[in-house]
Amino acid sequence: MTKENIILDIHHLSKTFGTNVVLKDIDFSVSTGDVTCIIGASGSGKSTLLRCLNLLETPTTGEVLYHGEDITNATVNAASYRSHVGMVFQNFNLFNNMNVLKNCMVGQMKVLKRDAATAKKNALFFLDKVGMAPYINAKPRQLSGGQKQRVAIARALAMEPEVLLFDEPTSALDPQMVGEVLEVMRTLAGEGLTMIIVTHEMAFARDVSNHVVFMADGVIAEEGSPAQIFENPQNAQTKEFLSRFMRG
Amino acid sequence: MPASFGGRIMVILQNYGMSFLRGAASSMLIALVGTAIGCVIGFAVGIIQTIPVEKKDSAVKKILLGILKFILNAYVEIFRGTPMMAQAMLIYYGSMALFNIHMSMWFAAFFIVSINTGAYMAETVRGGILSIDPGQTEGAMAIGMTHFQTMTAVILPQALRNIMPQIGNNLIINIKDTCVLSIIGIVELFYTTKGVAGAYYTYFEAFTIAMVIYFIMTFACSRILRHLESKLDGPDNFDLATTDTLAYTSGMFKYPDKKKEEVIPND
Ligand SMILES: Nc1ncnc2c1ncn2[C@@H]1O[C@H](COP(=O)(O)OP(=O)(O)OP(=O)(O)O)[C@@H](O)[C@H]1O
Ligand SMILES: [Mg+2]
Repeated sequence: MTKENIILDIHHLSKTFGTNVVLKDIDFSVSTGDVTCIIGASGSGKSTLLRCLNLLETPTTGEVLYHGEDITNATVNAASYRSHVGMVFQNFNLFNNMNVLKNCMVGQMKVLKRDAATAKKNALFFLDKVGMAPYINAKPRQLSGGQKQRVAIARALAMEPEVLLFDEPTSALDPQMVGEVLEVMRTLAGEGLTMIIVTHEMAFARDVSNHVVFMADGVIAEEGSPAQIFENPQNAQTKEFLSRFMRG
Repeated sequence: MPASFGGRIMVILQNYGMSFLRGAASSMLIALVGTAIGCVIGFAVGIIQTIPVEKKDSAVKKILLGILKFILNAYVEIFRGTPMMAQAMLIYYGSMALFNIHMSMWFAAFFIVSINTGAYMAETVRGGILSIDPGQTEGAMAIGMTHFQTMTAVILPQALRNIMPQIGNNLIINIKDTCVLSIIGIVELFYTTKGVAGAYYTYFEAFTIAMVIYFIMTFACSRILRHLESKLDGPDNFDLATTDTLAYTSGMFKYPDKKKEEVIPND
């Protein structure tokens, strides 16, 4: 990988809430086409890291370079940065006052200033991709969890982001709905979308990602290719964490 | 005067029917205008009170916002915490005596009801905004929407829907409470009724008529608002779009044609 296609480059990122140090000296980078999975125990700071990358939390120290520009700078327009770096949440966070189609159009029209016809065409394209095109008239409350999450993915994709962040996208779903969402994400990875995924689905992380980051107590304890992390972990904490998961 | 209760009511209605209607219309007009303007004030105040202050905002912005929020808080607490009748006396007669401002009676009436409703609505709107789960705000921020865009497109429409019952409540309270404005000389329904009752010494009959009119007005308003609410909610079910959505980018149709399904052979 050459330096030019690095999209996000994180240097010495730390985050504290009051006196609680949640992230310590995080360093890693993401290049075009990377699928990075972040794994780790509950409370290890995975969500906080992702939220820092999207400026939903302000990093305490360190820098997040987006194409070389530090977005933690006060002068950076957070809203316009976020339109390039999408996010899919554990709880979907769909707009309850809009139907499926409007959910996927509003960002395009308000943020990207697309006209309604273009926004609609684009929204339908991505809804079709996640298999939700027949449901454009439904309100979020009328959908199942898996369907909501697929709409949320289509909403994020409709902004045509450079990177898409996923925070445990299947954790709030019933087991039978997990598959349909992972399937969509698998397809996106196959198409070369750059993704950073926090997940507890180890099989998915192993099969789909090309980079795995294992976090423990706010630091990156180990990172590498899926083969390195899953077949031959070096760190004692990684071994212990994975053995718990592999045993089921 | 006829001996029967019904007969006396008929006589009053024949002689003063139009006065009652005019009084009722005045009450209704003040209540409607006051509630509408009050809602606008309430939304403005409620929105300002929920503007988030971020760490990286400039000191000037923080201070100005702090002062503004303090003033608005004071407004809400003072107008909620004092009787509207006293406010009416203070504003109408007080401003005349002290500042030599002669505002028209009607202007004073609209002003007092609006500013009162605004104080109540501000708290209602604030509650309505806070009741929308913050996840939706994050969802909007995550696709690059600004605070203003998030508010207008996502949060306020839902907050408005949630506080509709409260707006209805305010309207009904205002219809009844316009009667306190009789002390600044507004000839609304209560004032009219008092006059009619005094003229014939028929308190029971005249106020029976007034009660019926008040009730019709409030009940009609509450039903109309209910209807509006269910309209805002939209239908309980939705239509599946046809499989080939891309082909019908303008105008969807409802269900797949029955005949098409029959063509598929069953085995
Ligand atoms: N807004 C906040 N204020 C204070 N502490 C917080 C805040 N958000 C997170 N934390 C703390 O930061 C730590 C890491 O939380 P985080 O949500 O990032 O963990 P996680 O790895 O995503 O866990 P999970 O797998 O359960 O989602 C926790 O100890 C949590 O209590
Ligand atoms: Mg988390």
